[in-house]
Amino acid sequence: MVGRSAGTGEEQKTLGEYANPDALVSTDWVAEHLGDGSFKLIEVDEDTDAYERGHIPTAQSLHWRNELQDPVVRNFIDKTHFEKLLGGKGVGNEDLVVLYGGNNNWFSAYAYWYFKVYGHNNVKLMNGGRKKWELEGRELTADKPAVTAATYAAKEADLSIRALRDEVISKVGVAPMVDVRSPDEFIGKLAAPAHLPQEQAQKKGHIPGAKNVPWSKSANEDGTFKSLEDLKALYQEEQGLEPQDETIAYCRIGERSSHTWFVLKELLGFPKVKNYDGSWTEYGSLVGVPIELEYKEEVPA
Amino acid sequence: MTSSCVDAPDDYVGETSIRGVVLRDGDPVEGAYVRLTGTQEEFVAEQRTPEDGAFRFWVVPGDWTVICLAPGAERLEQSASVAKGKAVDVKFELLPAGSAAG
Repeated sequence: MVGRSAGTGEEQKTLGEYANPDALVSTDWVAEHLGDGSFKLIEVDEDTDAYERGHIPTAQSLHWRNELQDPVVRNFIDKTHFEKLLGGKGVGNEDLVVLYGGNNNWFSAYAYWYFKVYGHNNVKLMNGGRKKWELEGRELTADKPAVTAATYAAKEADLSIRALRDEVISKVGVAPMVDVRSPDEFIGKLAAPAHLPQEQAQKKGHIPGAKNVPWSKSANEDGTFKSLEDLKALYQEEQGLEPQDETIAYCRIGERSSHTWFVLKELLGFPKVKNYDGSWTEYGSLVGVPIELEYKEEVPA
Repeated sequence: MTSSCVDAPDDYVGETSIRGVVLRDGDPVEGAYVRLTGTQEEFVAEQRTPEDGAFRFWVVPGDWTVICLAPGAERLEQSASVAKGKAVDVKFELLPAGSAAG
């Protein structure tokens, strides 16, 4: 293991500037506390094979689709299944859970939102995710940790951080909305990120009045979150979002917007921000709802 | 397009892509992070190279930037202009961290 304690104080100090200074831990912190039993480490990735190839020692994996989503209905898992899921990973109600993953912590932020929905407040993201860990040349292992099952009791789902369809429709033009997809998806040129299959809604475009702030603008190249000052400039100064507003974040299927929800809620301190996990694949398929479309496809003569 | 469930623009078809390899002293590098950004410097996608050091991004035609980060190496960046139906090849030769200073 590479010793990096010299930088720890400085990075922890930076993390302490965010609205919720307890929402993040540094890679230094994780490295220093590995194996001391003070937390449960869980990897959540877009690339679900990444864990198998190598992960931070002691980490378990969490599959964002197979384990967090209902296999039949389009919804996230219910309270009972969340209890079973965490209990099976040996997580108790009092445990500190540290989540990390690839791609700027994209899917670990999605899992973080679930933990908050079901009332597990003692949860943090590792700033920079597995990319920062790897770029720092730190240890990875293919060994899976031994897990002793625990009993977990979840709280009732906290719907104050989740926006559902009818609320979104009622708030078009009323509440600020942040569309965190790419500019091409926002204007209606693409239906999904350019590198992903174009699974999509019936219609392209965006919710009228939504601001477009691509989710990854909140991250630095090494996967860490931008500084408080930069985030304020991005969301508040450039887009005019106000902390006290009931802002709704959405993307295509609700994962990228979880990342922005995390930024607005935990780093900038917007107490009423919600994630609309139905997102564009739901809204853009609804009959009769208003849509703004800026991109016009050329029709061959 | 023939699939009823896919409705991408017509230019998002065929081989339109950026592909390449990350090398260190001529050998493929596993575990490099290759990132694709658009014209407004927005992040689009990222891949971690497997054993053969290769990466590939499917894109719409246009101008793109590809950035490579790897443990112990200098950050590298290249531009790629991709035409419809064409694959653009990009090769990254890693340099030891600090070697580009000055």
